Amino acid sequence: MTAHAPELLLPLAALAPETSRFLQTIVEGISLAGIYVLIAIGFVIIYKSTQVLSFAQPALLIIGAYLASYVSITLGYGFWIGVGTAVLLSGFVGYLSERAVLRPMVGKPVFATAILTIGLDIALRVVAGDLIGVNVRAIGTPITSGFGAPKLPWGDTPIRWGDLDGIGGIIIEPRVFAIVLTAAVAVGGLVIFFNKSRWGLAMRGSSFDQEVALAQGVNVGRVFSLAWIIGGALAGIAGVLAATSFTGLSQSSYIVALKALPVVVVGGLDSIGGAILGALIIGLSESFTSTYQAQYLPWLGDNFSQVVPYLVMVIVLLVRPYGIFGTEEVERV
Amino acid sequence: MSRITRFTSYRHDSAMLPTTTQRVWFGVLILAAVILPLYLGTLVDGRSWLILFATAFVAAIGAIGLNLITGFAGQVSLGHAFFIGVGAYTATALGSPAVHAADGSIDLIGFDLGMLIWIPAAGLVAMLAGVIVAPLAFRLEGLYLALVTLGLVFVGEHVFRNWDQLTGGMGLGREAAQLRVLGYRFDLDSEIFGFAIAREQQIYWLMLVFLIVMAVLAKNLVRSKDGRAFAAIRDRGVAAELMGVDQTRYKTLAFAISSFYAGITGALLYTVTGFIEPSSFNLLLSIAYIAMVVIGGLASIAGSIMGAIFITLLPKLIELTGLDALLGVIIDWIPLAEGGSGEPPLSSSQLERILFGVLIIGFLILEPLGLYGVWIRIRNYWKAFPFSY
Repeated sequence: MTAHAPELLLPLAALAPETSRFLQTIVEGISLAGIYVLIAIGFVIIYKSTQVLSFAQPALLIIGAYLASYVSITLGYGFWIGVGTAVLLSGFVGYLSERAVLRPMVGKPVFATAILTIGLDIALRVVAGDLIGVNVRAIGTPITSGFGAPKLPWGDTPIRWGDLDGIGGIIIEPRVFAIVLTAAVAVGGLVIFFNKSRWGLAMRGSSFDQEVALAQGVNVGRVFSLAWIIGGALAGIAGVLAATSFTGLSQSSYIVALKALPVVVVGGLDSIGGAILGALIIGLSESFTSTYQAQYLPWLGDNFSQVVPYLVMVIVLLVRPYGIFGTEEVERV
Repeated sequence: MSRITRFTSYRHDSAMLPTTTQRVWFGVLILAAVILPLYLGTLVDGRSWLILFATAFVAAIGAIGLNLITGFAGQVSLGHAFFIGVGAYTATALGSPAVHAADGSIDLIGFDLGMLIWIPAAGLVAMLAGVIVAPLAFRLEGLYLALVTLGLVFVGEHVFRNWDQLTGGMGLGREAAQLRVLGYRFDLDSEIFGFAIAREQQIYWLMLVFLIVMAVLAKNLVRSKDGRAFAAIRDRGVAAELMGVDQTRYKTLAFAISSFYAGITGALLYTVTGFIEPSSFNLLLSIAYIAMVVIGGLASIAGSIMGAIFITLLPKLIELTGLDALLGVIIDWIPLAEGGSGEPPLSSSQLERILFGVLIIGFLILEPLGLYGVWIRIRNYWKAFPFSY
């Protein structure tokens, strides 16, 4: 699978002069981390609210990205409408999945539901893959495809800082700003939502104890739906952002979401703060491996950076079995 | 009319085949399985059916292995493909000849040994890999374990893709080990006492024997002290520990045995087709085995075999039932699909994957006991016929 994995990183770091490579690698790591954060928070919200580890995120991710590409490029409605549709509909697919497939499984063992979401993922992913087809698709950008779109720094020209041939010169693609901004807005918005709104309170309550929440009048069923809508929408956004890279959207773009699983595990399955830290750890280690491994440790093989997330995950779990911020499970007999 | 069986001792209750009826039917089933190739050998496409059944038998060994750890010991492993890969490449390296490049350097590692060596070796090396991974299992609970074993598949796949001297490299692959015992080749047509025996028939019988041996061993394991310890850990780890079940010991044991079965499967699986490609050991393979176990029935040896046969025959079943055309039509209805006319509908491998997914979902929701549960219900229905309700 890894060989067909989309290379999310522009090979800018490889092209840059030796002195700039380090900074360039950090920028690439951060842009990866931004995408991972969005996916990982979807995992965390679904896990906290419904006690389901959703292996269906990869499918939701490419469904979102496909819809964005279809609406904005194929139908020609422009970037923003495409993204909006993608977010709404991938949230809706998340909702449908929960309602149709996971609701009957409430109260069943976590493994059973986890395996169930694997089944869901495979079925959905084949359909999405069939729709995407064999060719790489583009998502478009606001400037080239939008009419009257606001001028975000997200065109085709990268921003250059410093002396590229000297020390500390650095190229930042506009999509990096978009990724970091989206991730920050999404995380900030969700934190405010969870802390200030009634629904946020309901979700926190039912993640703490579903039965107590039910007794307090929380509609736990709706909390489940909401969690899957948020999870689906976040996966959809992440899919769009991942597909803005020069590799575009292909059938194997879903791998990004599988690499976000280590992110969640490193941070702790039930911690949003952990997801952010985990994303930075995984994103940076992946980009640093991508830049330097071929030069210093070539015997590790091509595309080694694609398996680094899993290696980091195993190492972290050996030291801290519940992730960095994860809650330790206390088992009752 | 059958009468209700009353067990008067634990020994009787846990017997492999407690009643005479079961013994008789089991004998009939084995007999049918043994003489099937004689009938299929006369058909036109009988050979492809024999190969399919042989593959299913080998897959069943792996499914039993996964069921031992996931169904009986309750440790969800997504890493089965990795252990199958370890077994496959151990067998290949030991059982096929080395290939030298023009300048005399080694292109592919190979020792050209017989089956009596490479089959146990494949099991043991995979088992060793399992024992190395097992410490993660008793540090980690539940979902974290599933995720680590998922990582194992990706890391393993990376190693297989890059270790060219062992695997032949991506896209190229290499020939699988030869089925050869003391100079006798099972993978060639031969003649015994004047009867011509086709290659496919030989392979079928060989794999059937392996399956029966491994299934009986597994069945004996799960009704022994160790099997009860697995079930105790699955049902409530802390309670098991309080009753004196050493979790560390039994989780390691479960991993070791499960990996051993996976290793044997890996060793045999590719001898049927004769070829291994390093990217076969991916997540989809693990999921296929999970599908076998879930669809066949968790914590059931007979169920694992049913599931493996069902999943392996699935492509053939799709072809025979014309399901691919039907689903292709449905997919074309989805308004988002572009054109629809020029592109072919779902390929059979896509359809197979969709059915994997749908069947996993369907069985988990509707029949968590799997095909084995379906079988039990049918049996009970007919047992009390015509007064069943």
